[in-house]
Amino acid sequence: MGFEFHTSSLKAAVNWARKFSLFQYPFVTACCGMEFMSVAAPKYDIARFGAEFPRFSPRQADLLIIVGTITERQGPALRRIYEQMCEPKWVVAFGVCASTGGFYQNYSTMPGADQVVPVDVYIPGCPPRPEQVLDGLILLQERIQRGEGHSQIAIEAEKGYDVPLAAIRPLGSTHRKEEP
Amino acid sequence: MAQIVLDRLGARFTGGEILESGSEHGDEWARIRRDAWIPVAMFLRDDPSTKMEMFIDLTCVDRFGKEPRFDVVLHVYSVSLKHRVRLYCGAPEEDPWVDTLVSVWAGTNWFEREAYDLYGVRFKGHPDLRRILMYPEFVGHPLRKDYPKEKRQPLVRRQAGAPD
Repeated sequence: MGFEFHTSSLKAAVNWARKFSLFQYPFVTACCGMEFMSVAAPKYDIARFGAEFPRFSPRQADLLIIVGTITERQGPALRRIYEQMCEPKWVVAFGVCASTGGFYQNYSTMPGADQVVPVDVYIPGCPPRPEQVLDGLILLQERIQRGEGHSQIAIEAEKGYDVPLAAIRPLGSTHRKEEP
Repeated sequence: MAQIVLDRLGARFTGGEILESGSEHGDEWARIRRDAWIPVAMFLRDDPSTKMEMFIDLTCVDRFGKEPRFDVVLHVYSVSLKHRVRLYCGAPEEDPWVDTLVSVWAGTNWFEREAYDLYGVRFKGHPDLRRILMYPEFVGHPLRKDYPKEKRQPLVRRQAGAPD
């Protein structure tokens, strides 16, 4: 009993540390980048939430922020960047284009980055206001604290532990119709 | 505005090379026979009364259902004389090709690659006619009117059941 109590509280402490030291990799492709700069700049200041360090190598990052439209052609590059990140890792889709493809419904645009990488938090908006982004970040932090990030769950599942029910999610969003 | 350009073209090319020409909303345009595409471009660039030194844009129009199906559209401008003209060159559906203008204006290189990529019009004599926007694996030409509007050709997708 005492042993169990010890591990769970250690996990809580580790997750607490993780959620306030997110090292982000901004995958910026489009106009949402302006809003991202605004979030990062002193006025809204993402540093207050411990996520101020953009690392321009995925190997040094644990939070992938997909900012902007993802095209089919970028798919392999995005996937590779995601695979290069160290575990545990988290992914945020910033704006409607990264979340669902947004208003692009055509041959070149991927209907949401979750077609290629798993996404933990979707931030809607075209582009989202900085407050929305911070809200999304806080949402992610709560998730990290509960151990419900997709990568945390995968690690737990690999060890054979029970995973939270929220983890069992369908692949991608369900409202999209199949492509012809 | 640039009627002189059309006048010069009409005076120089009398063998039916200028199929049509006109002037609308202050813009002059001319439709060029396909075999005269390079000579006309050369003439416009070098003639002292037209002096079209600057290439502005080259693109394509799919006039699906009409013949010729494709129109290659060229915009050129004279920096020294401050006039511009728009030229069309038709390409039929069965064998859509147009001569390349890279030897006349080097800047047309990537624009012709774009027109080739998105419309499938081949530019004869082009030094490097590859796709420029779409990936090499892409099949077809997406801006053709008969390309399905939302048909995607994904390079990579998440697999159900696979570890992320």
